[in-house]
Amino acid sequence: MVDRLETRAVAGQTLVELGRGNPDLVVLGGDLNKSTHANKFGAEFPDRFFDFGPAEQNIVSVAAGMAASGKTPVVSTFAVFASCRPYDQLRVSVAQSSLNVKVIATHAGIITGEDGVSAHAIEDIAIMSALPTFTVVVPADGVETAPAVRAAVSTEGPFYVRLSRPATPVVHSNGCSFELGRAETLREGGDAAIVACGVMVHVSLEAAERLARDGIDCRVLNMSTVKPIDRQAVLDAARDTGAVVTAEEHYLLGGLGSRVAQIVAAANPVPVESVALPGYAESGTAEELMAKQGLTPDRVAAAVMRAVSRKR
Amino acid sequence: MSPTFEDGSDELAETARRIRRHVVTMTAEAGSGHPGGSLSAVEIVTALYFRIMRHRPEEPSWPDRDRFILSKAHTCPVLYAALAEAGYFPVEELLTFRKVNSRLQGHAHTKTPGVEMSGGSLGQGLSFGVGTALAARLDGRESRTYVLLGDGECDEGQVWEAAMSASNYGLDNLTAIIDRNGIQNDRRTDDVMQLEPLSDKWRAFGWNALEIDGHRQTAILGALSEARGARGRPTVVIAKTVKGRGVSFMENNADFHGKAPNREQLAQALVEIG
Repeated sequence: MVDRLETRAVAGQTLVELGRGNPDLVVLGGDLNKSTHANKFGAEFPDRFFDFGPAEQNIVSVAAGMAASGKTPVVSTFAVFASCRPYDQLRVSVAQSSLNVKVIATHAGIITGEDGVSAHAIEDIAIMSALPTFTVVVPADGVETAPAVRAAVSTEGPFYVRLSRPATPVVHSNGCSFELGRAETLREGGDAAIVACGVMVHVSLEAAERLARDGIDCRVLNMSTVKPIDRQAVLDAARDTGAVVTAEEHYLLGGLGSRVAQIVAAANPVPVESVALPGYAESGTAEELMAKQGLTPDRVAAAVMRAVSRKR
Repeated sequence: MSPTFEDGSDELAETARRIRRHVVTMTAEAGSGHPGGSLSAVEIVTALYFRIMRHRPEEPSWPDRDRFILSKAHTCPVLYAALAEAGYFPVEELLTFRKVNSRLQGHAHTKTPGVEMSGGSLGQGLSFGVGTALAARLDGRESRTYVLLGDGECDEGQVWEAAMSASNYGLDNLTAIIDRNGIQNDRRTDDVMQLEPLSDKWRAFGWNALEIDGHRQTAILGALSEARGARGRPTVVIAKTVKGRGVSFMENNADFHGKAPNREQLAQALVEIG
């Protein structure tokens, strides 16, 4: 098993495989098709592949029209251009009619790296979750990306799938049992629970390993379906461990941490600590930015220690 | 008899007259809404639903239907009135417009039988129509798409993204109609943002462009027939109209873009419409 995979490359390949069995699957790109790997779909199905250039407002509303005519359109572009730029079109053209549009957003988060803050989608989980009819999925790695994309295409309704630019560590080296809307327990433990998504799942597992050496056992949940969230898994984690930590490569407000804290606060208040981005980052390598912005095993472990120390 | 459709069939003119009455009645009943841009589009929408389009009121999702996309979705009263007259839902339901629990929302929404697109944010309909036109082509269907835009709506950049993509893909099954009534929400379109030369802009974007009197039935039917015969490129029909057409105090009056008539005004409007 490889150590790292590009989630975007897996998604591109998965779309090709899905296209073979689904003649209604169409892919709409915005002049970034080499980077998103949507060009692979275009090479095999040129009649069902449309490049609209960088005109994301148009792309999203065109996709809505195609969905209204029975197609399953996939909008494939970078996360900033797939969420922030055409947000009004996602809201009015897609979400308010609950149309069957799939947004496969690559290059999310700060690990997009050197391109800098304009290219770092750190708001997308928040704003896409704020569209009532959308499902939001953030696969933990390349292995989970394939079933996540398959679920998005085969499940009726608007979907947002959040992927990355660089190859990211593989968490599921022994395969994965992705189930839409269900948290995956990657590690059991009774002292605290870490609820993570995306690249932070791997970081959280590392943190849990370090903590275990110090005698603190953490449950680690991969919450790849951020919306609708697996509420029961969050409640179980709060009840069983009494200390919850969230970890995401996203802005602190409106993402996974906000949602988990809302659920815990309402149903079973226990200490919650969140590891997330405090604001916009800058240019740099993915590793440099993750370290500088505090998305590290050390910071997750410290958050666990804070949460545990606050237990009554 | 309404002065419109003077050179067309009495039946269409009569339908247009009833639709006009519905527009002013339902907006007055609602106490809000957009009568001005609804009245300017009455002949266009009547021609589409009662002469041009293949559609089945008893089967709104018939896959081979022609699509009418109301991009200027605030003028949904004219669409609801036409749908009711065509039999998509009872005419009496028009009086529920904008009220809670109604299927007739303040801006066009797909919860209404026969409404193809939820709108309310300008500029999205032509793109949506590019999507339905591309889907029809992929499926090998004869289905045609008609998109009605406002002239003020052409201030939206997305309209031009859509225009470029429609000609790029040679969508001759797509027709845009611009309700060129010359007035947008606040003021005259020319005072807000210079649109002219509008036809030249569309031609430069690769479209056939026709200019017609948007209240003459024969002109509308002729232009839409010409659009149907065009090959390899989409057609835009720039329909010169009068905002508030048919009601003297609403005509060319920006105040009635987004304001309903009161009881007295409704009574006078109904007298004038006949």
